[in-house]
Amino acid sequence: MTTAGRGGPGAQAARRAALLLLAPGLLLITVTFLLPAAASLLLSLSDFDLYAVAVPADARVVWLRNYVTLVESPLFWAAFRNTLYFVLVGGPLSVLVSLGAALMLSADGVRLRTLFRTVYFAPVVTTLVAVAVVWKYIYAPQIGLLDTGLRWLGVAPVDWLGSAAWAMPSLIVMNVWKNFGYNMIIFVAGLQAVPTELYDAARVDGAGAWQRFWHVTLPSLAPTFLFVSITTMIGALQLFAEPYVMTQGGPLHATLSLVLYMFDQGFAFWHIGYAAGIAVVLFLLTLAGAAVQLRARRAPAAI
Amino acid sequence: MTRREGVRGLAVGLAAALSACGHGARRPAGAATPITLRFWAFGREGEVVQQLIPEFERTHPAIRVRLQQIPFTAAHEKLLTAVVGEAAPDVAQLGNTWIPELVALRALLPLDSLVRRSPVVVPEDYFPGIWDTNRLGDTTYGVPWYVDTRVLFYRSDMLADAGYRSPPATWSTWRAAMARIRARSGGRTYGVLLPVNEWAQPIALGLAAGAPLLRDGDRYGDFTEPRFRAAFTFYIDLYRDSLSAPVSNTQVANRYQAFAAGEFAMFISGPWDVGECLRRLPDSLRGRWMTAPMPAADAVPDVPATLPLRGATDTTVPGASLAGGSSLVIFRDSPHPAAAWAFLEYLSAPAQQAAFYRVSEDLPARRSAWEDPSIARNPYVRAFGRQLQSVRPTPPVPEWEQIATLVATHGEAAARGAVTPDAALSALDADVDRALEKRRWLLARQGAGATGTGR
Repeated sequence: MTTAGRGGPGAQAARRAALLLLAPGLLLITVTFLLPAAASLLLSLSDFDLYAVAVPADARVVWLRNYVTLVESPLFWAAFRNTLYFVLVGGPLSVLVSLGAALMLSADGVRLRTLFRTVYFAPVVTTLVAVAVVWKYIYAPQIGLLDTGLRWLGVAPVDWLGSAAWAMPSLIVMNVWKNFGYNMIIFVAGLQAVPTELYDAARVDGAGAWQRFWHVTLPSLAPTFLFVSITTMIGALQLFAEPYVMTQGGPLHATLSLVLYMFDQGFAFWHIGYAAGIAVVLFLLTLAGAAVQLRARRAPAAI
Repeated sequence: MTRREGVRGLAVGLAAALSACGHGARRPAGAATPITLRFWAFGREGEVVQQLIPEFERTHPAIRVRLQQIPFTAAHEKLLTAVVGEAAPDVAQLGNTWIPELVALRALLPLDSLVRRSPVVVPEDYFPGIWDTNRLGDTTYGVPWYVDTRVLFYRSDMLADAGYRSPPATWSTWRAAMARIRARSGGRTYGVLLPVNEWAQPIALGLAAGAPLLRDGDRYGDFTEPRFRAAFTFYIDLYRDSLSAPVSNTQVANRYQAFAAGEFAMFISGPWDVGECLRRLPDSLRGRWMTAPMPAADAVPDVPATLPLRGATDTTVPGASLAGGSSLVIFRDSPHPAAAWAFLEYLSAPAQQAAFYRVSEDLPARRSAWEDPSIARNPYVRAFGRQLQSVRPTPPVPEWEQIATLVATHGEAAARGAVTPDAALSALDADVDRALEKRRWLLARQGAGATGTGR
């Protein structure tokens, strides 16, 4: 468009055509994303609540008071810590498991490759509520599969979802199991894109399997890594369904995530303004996380 | 259809706002087409009430009832989002502590004129504490469907071994009995099981002590007030002295097994546990457990006995307990209020109340239904009948759900010994005051003297 110049009538027609073609997409983004995001931002400056739903005039503009309350609320910080825990432990773990599975599936001489790929991918397309119900049986205290196995090994049973220390790790393990297949497929595709000449050259240079992995496979996967880690982080920040279905945020708020906190505030107590404030914080957090990752990846890529 | 709705029910919380639950009944094509009433009921009640509907449809051929069952954990959100999304049903079951919220949303149809004309719904036949939970100011918004209060379930054999032939009637004997049982068992048996993360127990004890819970027209928390403080201290001391097990309700894997094994001698629970205990306790325990009304609070020092209490019910014998339960309400936007009222009257008739007890084990809200042999002959239910003479509602404010959550949070912190009882109560008052800020503002704007709920 810029090369076509600005003044000519042809360029104007082209611009109009471009706008026309973009219009459906832009309209969709405006209606489903930009407007709600702007509305959230405005709502977060108000105390819109149950009373205001009935009588809109009962809403007040409170400017930044929701944010002050947020910062002063121990529950918000608990949710913040829990979410960070989930992102920082669950995220990398999930990516590593995906990579490991992808490497194994891509290794030479693996048979039934398609079968395993399908099996590992199956949890991704299974409804989370169904998965959660099954995992609740696995984690059930005393009688669950896990505790029964532990008893055979002579280990004292653990109340996985009922203890504040174990509830979050339990959710992380379930989440990794459910989601690693998705990133695995992306890694498999990334591995297939690595030129075989690079491996041949490395082999000629006398590189062992580990060196080939470190110096050829990993650098070639860098763009894939960037994509996978950003999407995984965004997904992890939005942790909701697992604690909602399995623990309701308990015990002692140990699995209360930011989104669950937002849901409780918004739809259980109808503190819409306050919940909108949480949404804005979550948005900023996601943005910051993505920016940090982009920057971190750009640096080594330049070397 | 029902299976689809069942599947949808599972994911209902996730899609509460979106679920297109047949918004607006289809317009009847001709005069002969029956009216379709949409009726929401929750949890187990939602399953079993279906059995009562065919009889209603037979006697009311012009009305069809379409029942939607909603899981209890999602019910509160689902109701509020439905009202806001203008997708509310015609009739719904409603936990009576939720009524103030829906009244604040102006979602419910006032029923006073209908009740006055009704030959079936007779307010005098209902337990008074329960009927009151359906009234805000001078308006009635719901008809009690079934009642829920808390009583003491106890091992009569263990109490007898400790030298008590009858269940404890006051807090001091209650505590002494727990201490005796604990000592005699060599520390193996707890006196009582009170899950640390539930609000119902500390609130029930507070109500028994006559605590008002909120003050100044329900504008501020009143949990540091002497009566609640006495009840809360009594409650926390049970954990401190190892008379109550410091566990949350998710940590108790099988309450009935533990009760039978003698891990604790008593617990506080509602009507549903009568049936559960009868089914789940081993035969060897038959005749070795019973139910009793809540023990009454001992006189609280520094508080004159003549202080007025909320509500008119006698709080001396037995100890007052929660006036819980579910009501039936009609939504203001219902296009068929007359048909909805006919359905409400049908479910409220004493015969249907008794029939509902037989399928659900939920205790009828009407006293005349208690004469039905299935209830009158059940010895375990008798304590509930006595307890219901002495029940008090929780404060009728839309913020109650939130306040209850705060009571559970601060109660758990104190029960686990993370903070002192007094510190927990001060923090609770501060949090409750914050939660009621909007209410104070609305009331102040309405002018002095108004004590409604922001209508």
